[in-house]
Amino acid sequence: MILYDYILSPSCYKVRLLASLLGAPLDLRPVDFHPGREHKAAELLALNPAGSIPILVDGDLVLTESAAILAYLAAQKGGYWLAGDAPAAIARHQQWLDFSHRLTQALGGARLVEMLHFEGDLAALQTRGVAALRELEAALFVQRLGGQSYLIRDTPSIADIACFPYVALAPDGSIPLDPYPSIRIWMRAIRALPGFIEMPGIHRRHDLAPDPFAEVPS
Amino acid sequence: MTSHAMRDAWYPVGLLSGLSEGGKDSLLLGENITVFGSATGAPSVECSGRTLPVVRRFGHLWTSLGTPDKDLFTIPEADHPERVRVDVGVVRVKCSPLRAVENFLDIAHFPFVHTDILGAESHPEVSEYKVEIRDEVDEVWATKVEFFQPQAARSAGGGITTEYMYRVPAPTCAVLYKTCPPRPGAWDVIALFVQPLTEDLCDVWPWMALFDDESALTDLIHFQQLIFLQDRSILENQIPKRLPLDPAKETPTRADLTSVAYRRWLKRHNFTYGAQLVAG
Ligand SMILES: N[C@H](CCC(=O)N[C@@H](CS)C(=O)NCC(=O)O)C(=O)O
Ligand SMILES: [Fe+2]
Repeated sequence: MILYDYILSPSCYKVRLLASLLGAPLDLRPVDFHPGREHKAAELLALNPAGSIPILVDGDLVLTESAAILAYLAAQKGGYWLAGDAPAAIARHQQWLDFSHRLTQALGGARLVEMLHFEGDLAALQTRGVAALRELEAALFVQRLGGQSYLIRDTPSIADIACFPYVALAPDGSIPLDPYPSIRIWMRAIRALPGFIEMPGIHRRHDLAPDPFAEVPS
Repeated sequence: MTSHAMRDAWYPVGLLSGLSEGGKDSLLLGENITVFGSATGAPSVECSGRTLPVVRRFGHLWTSLGTPDKDLFTIPEADHPERVRVDVGVVRVKCSPLRAVENFLDIAHFPFVHTDILGAESHPEVSEYKVEIRDEVDEVWATKVEFFQPQAARSAGGGITTEYMYRVPAPTCAVLYKTCPPRPGAWDVIALFVQPLTEDLCDVWPWMALFDDESALTDLIHFQQLIFLQDRSILENQIPKRLPLDPAKETPTRADLTSVAYRRWLKRHNFTYGAQLVAG
């Protein structure tokens, strides 16, 4: 499986992250997204006319949507990360996967304008980003009251992985995460998953503040 | 108000390969500028109706708001024909331009910020090295800096002890020379060119001139972007936002020797755009 990848792309990171959580090996093919704009050049446009990454190639199969790529990887590893059979769960899962595109456009868009000089209306992107974060915060708060740590249940699914990266990187687009406590707890849970990997701006989990009453070893 | 000394320095304002003929608006030391590309190879920069001086060097366009009393610095090592010169591309950082340079000079952050790449938490110690302000060239230099690195470069096979030299040839530019894994005896050149937009916002243009016959160009770009984006997370959270310079005392509170020399040199030249003058 070849992943056309960019180290700073949150959408590519979704795929790298799930592959690592699943223990599935990927062949990475780096794409010069910035400053080279290789994703808009002939070779990659032939693979993906939309001119975006990630692109996953597995034999004859070419996938150009991160949600589809996550589903493909998860299905190959027994489906633990998928929605299961209950109609409501299937639908809610699909709802969050679709919602993740709003995060990509708004939070990801603001990040590209703020950080890498891409064109875009920053204020409008930030407004839509905040609206999406408020919606996510409300949903995760309700989940937490019901004893569920993740978006659709108490164990993680690819919907969590699809939403996590752009949310975690919202500060790159000058959108602070301080007003969203449930989002922060959810992100902490994801960062604690065995096999979690980092990307620049998304750090591994730091320990809590040291115990002030602990004995100092001499 | 912009201090005069910094108005006379040179700053990067764009990649020569990425200029647009229609012009791109930007900022330099808080003033609006427009950067124009040109099909005939003569890019220009304007600032409120004024045409600013320009230099094309290291793959970037450079300009100055004032009248530079010397040419933009050179990096003779970078001209070697066998080197790959890599335009890494711009990254905007919400931090003081001086902080961006100071962080680049400070090796002690490697194990904690570039964990398992440029440093290992098990090897945090920096041994003694030499720092000086070279009066004849008016540059800050740190030499004989040695450090253990798990993956010193894209081309490094495993952990090695790397030797570094650091150089500050302009108030918002720093160049480092480091042991080059595929060519013992030669140095890789990695530079950080910082465009001060305001006192706490900058565009950073990393650039490299490497001996690397193996890695693809894109791998080299990604490696450097990975490293710099790790720095960016730290830079945007530094407190205070501006680089503290004590007008009276010689020693700042932080102990890194290169940083001490850089701050001293900035003060000596009154390079204080992005600094905060504090006593204490
Ligand atoms: N197809 C979407 C695209 C994700 C996306 O926006 N990717 C960015 C990089 S992080 C991209 O390639 N943008 C370029 C473009 O859309 O023109 C997905 O897989 O989720
Ligand atoms: Fe760093």
